[in-house]
Amino acid sequence: MKDVMRAVKVSDHVYWVGAVDWNIRDFHGYTTKRGSTYNAYLVLAEKPTLIDTVKSPFREEMLARVGSVMDPRDISVIVSNHTEMDHTGALPEVIRYIDPDRVYASPTGVKALSEHFSFDREIIAVKDGESIGLGNMDLACWETRMLHWPDSMFSYLAKDKLLFSQDAFGMHLATSARFDDEIEPAILDYEAATYYANILLPYSPQVLKLLDRVGGLGVEFRIVAPDHGPVWRKDIGGIIDSYGRWAAQEPTKKAVVVYATMWHSTESMARALSEGLIDKGITVKLMSMEAVHRSDVAYEVLDAGILAVGSPTLNNNIFPSMADVLTYLKGLRPRNLVGAAFGSYGWSGESVKQLETYLADMKVELPCEGLRIKHVPDSSSLKQCYDLGGLLADRLLERV
Amino acid sequence: MECYVCEVCGYVYDPAEGDSEGGIASGTPFSDLPESWVCPVCGADKSQFSPE
Repeated sequence: MKDVMRAVKVSDHVYWVGAVDWNIRDFHGYTTKRGSTYNAYLVLAEKPTLIDTVKSPFREEMLARVGSVMDPRDISVIVSNHTEMDHTGALPEVIRYIDPDRVYASPTGVKALSEHFSFDREIIAVKDGESIGLGNMDLACWETRMLHWPDSMFSYLAKDKLLFSQDAFGMHLATSARFDDEIEPAILDYEAATYYANILLPYSPQVLKLLDRVGGLGVEFRIVAPDHGPVWRKDIGGIIDSYGRWAAQEPTKKAVVVYATMWHSTESMARALSEGLIDKGITVKLMSMEAVHRSDVAYEVLDAGILAVGSPTLNNNIFPSMADVLTYLKGLRPRNLVGAAFGSYGWSGESVKQLETYLADMKVELPCEGLRIKHVPDSSSLKQCYDLGGLLADRLLERV
Repeated sequence: MECYVCEVCGYVYDPAEGDSEGGIASGTPFSDLPESWVCPVCGADKSQFSPE
């Protein structure tokens, strides 16, 4: 394989030397239906520099791509923008093999790297706003704490007007194309939004601050090179605008109705509630946890204004798949949602209260009490569900 | 009143602002924050904070 792996030129001095993981489908609990890439970049400066590495099993692929341009052992500098192991798994062995003059990370990155690996050399901390001299060009480094780990940082090669943005502006998308303009825009939109919803959403306030800061620097970006998915060279404005929109979390006239069901009673309630929403002009996504994955729900919630959740009561508790998705969503901290809980029960009926506790913890506005229906909903019960949908719609329409 | 910085993520607790998301009124000194209070950005507990 060594002789067939090539680097891809990204700009005058930069090559993509990453790896394509075509078949990964479970990325720590996020379903990656189109696989992913781990992007590393080679800067052909006087001091040749490697920006990030790849997940451990892809080390040889990365080194082979570097080898198509230069002998990897001539690399002088390695910069680690993000400590997560899909970008550092190969780092210890790569350092041993290359033996570079210097290895850099953010101050928090230095600490985090030492908590992942043991190195027999110093990792140098580069502070926020400092530059690393690469001989005939400089690499400016900006800390981007909590985007999406404490150690995360951006680095910027002014010579090529190129931003290495680690996970920001990235997506899980395995393709043979390396650039945004070579991929269908609808796929880019979907995968970038899914990535934002599943990875960056909790840090939306930090995203807004970062966009302000970067906008205020007066720096031009000709290329944005993230650590996953395609390199942005055409629609940089588009992805930055999307980040501003997603981070603002402004609700749209859209509802996500998520439910689990045992004997289709809670499902009937979900469908009746959805009809009530639709009749008020709300776009509805009706999602059974039997059919979808938690990360699909996160994607749909990203631009929603209503989150309605339904669960039967199973042995005094909510259905396990609802606990799964609600635990996940709570961690992602969606904001500006109106919601309600509903569910069918046989005797004790705790599920609705438990669902409401999740929603309240998520700061979802609950305009009314949830709806509990004993056993199988009859037509008047379904009318109550329909009316609940209408009530949620009215509340949302006051806001958007 | 003194500001405290989260050593994990860099968030600064400013008593003049409080933490509305966490239910902390403006004017609350760091020392009066309940032990259950956590960093609104990264979730680190009070022990991870130091004076700015």
